[in-house]
Amino acid sequence: MNRKRRILGILPALVFAAFFAFAAFCAAAEQPPQEGESFPDLKFPTPKASEHLAYLGLDSKVGPAFKLGQVKASVVIFEVFSMYCPYCQNEAPSINGLYSRIAERGLEGKIKLIGLGAGNSPYEVDLFKGKYGVQFPLLSDSDLTLHTALGKVRTPYFIAVSLTPEGKGLVIYSRVGTIGDPEQFLDLITQKAGIREKGAP
Amino acid sequence: MKARHHLFKMSILLAASLLATAAFAASERFKGQILDAGKVAPTSSQARLKVGDKAPDFTLPSIKGEKVSLSQFEGKQNVVISFVPAAFTPVCSEQWPGYNMVKDIFEANHSIMLGITTDNAPTLFAWTEQMGGVWFPVLSDFWPHGKVSDLYGVLRPEGTSERALFLIDKKGVIRYIDVHDINQRPDLAVLVRELEKLPR
Repeated sequence: MNRKRRILGILPALVFAAFFAFAAFCAAAEQPPQEGESFPDLKFPTPKASEHLAYLGLDSKVGPAFKLGQVKASVVIFEVFSMYCPYCQNEAPSINGLYSRIAERGLEGKIKLIGLGAGNSPYEVDLFKGKYGVQFPLLSDSDLTLHTALGKVRTPYFIAVSLTPEGKGLVIYSRVGTIGDPEQFLDLITQKAGIREKGAP
Repeated sequence: MKARHHLFKMSILLAASLLATAAFAASERFKGQILDAGKVAPTSSQARLKVGDKAPDFTLPSIKGEKVSLSQFEGKQNVVISFVPAAFTPVCSEQWPGYNMVKDIFEANHSIMLGITTDNAPTLFAWTEQMGGVWFPVLSDFWPHGKVSDLYGVLRPEGTSERALFLIDKKGVIRYIDVHDINQRPDLAVLVRELEKLPR
């Protein structure tokens, strides 16, 4: 009985301690990662389509989740989107344009695009992909785990991450809203990442 | 002892509140124009209808100025009624734009959507314009306040409706009801699956 009382006595203290630890954790993710900061160490759901695995340079035995450092690229551009977000719907053709320009400029081996469907089920992500003919991987973040870790950003939100040879990520672009002209956006990203293109002076 | 018990209960409530997280991602489209009232009771109305019941007929004004009745679709189209709590609130503002993407699925299943809230028509007009418009009729259940919501058993005590979906077949019979947690958006996959079950 005394033991039970002791346990009940310290339980509130434990819960309050957990609260402050959790609050500290939340505060850390209140802001999206900013330019110049390290990209958080996150796990992403592995895409099912073989062409998406190939696009990201992932091994078919990678497992249910992968880390940014496993992507074979110099830069990964994340778009945090939602199928339900009117801006994201309007922005889809521009992002498809960006995907095309990356390929046309011979940068497909260096710059990769990944969409994170915040609060969207796999069905909703697939619907968005089919509706707009999106060719790069769109990953479902139905329980908002990634969205929360990225500072609960408004959508669409773009984060470009430059990858070091050791697989660490450095944020080189972090902004809400439209990317504007895909060509100019790609110029900006290549410049920030220090990517030299063939034929460039 | 009593104080300790009270503290214990408070701790549990605090821990529970920590687990409650937002179930949506806000679009930049609505930045600064959405009133976030926080998390509220998931549902707070009494069911009046069940699957298999004849759907009660109603007539409501649409934001285009005309009157729309449920009975006008009988024998022609299945009807999905989407009740949402209020214009310019977080989850609602991202539910209907999603339905814009599945107009073709509705058409393939001989179905129409009717969007209903207890807001007045000018408010609904401004809100849906901000979304970029929606393809389905948007109806105001403002006056007599919440009469249709009440008829369908989804009027909450605070005067808004629940977040609820009713699927009604061409004979006017209710085939599916989802009175959803008001804080969360219904999964579109479930709605589409139920739509595809309706007779064409």
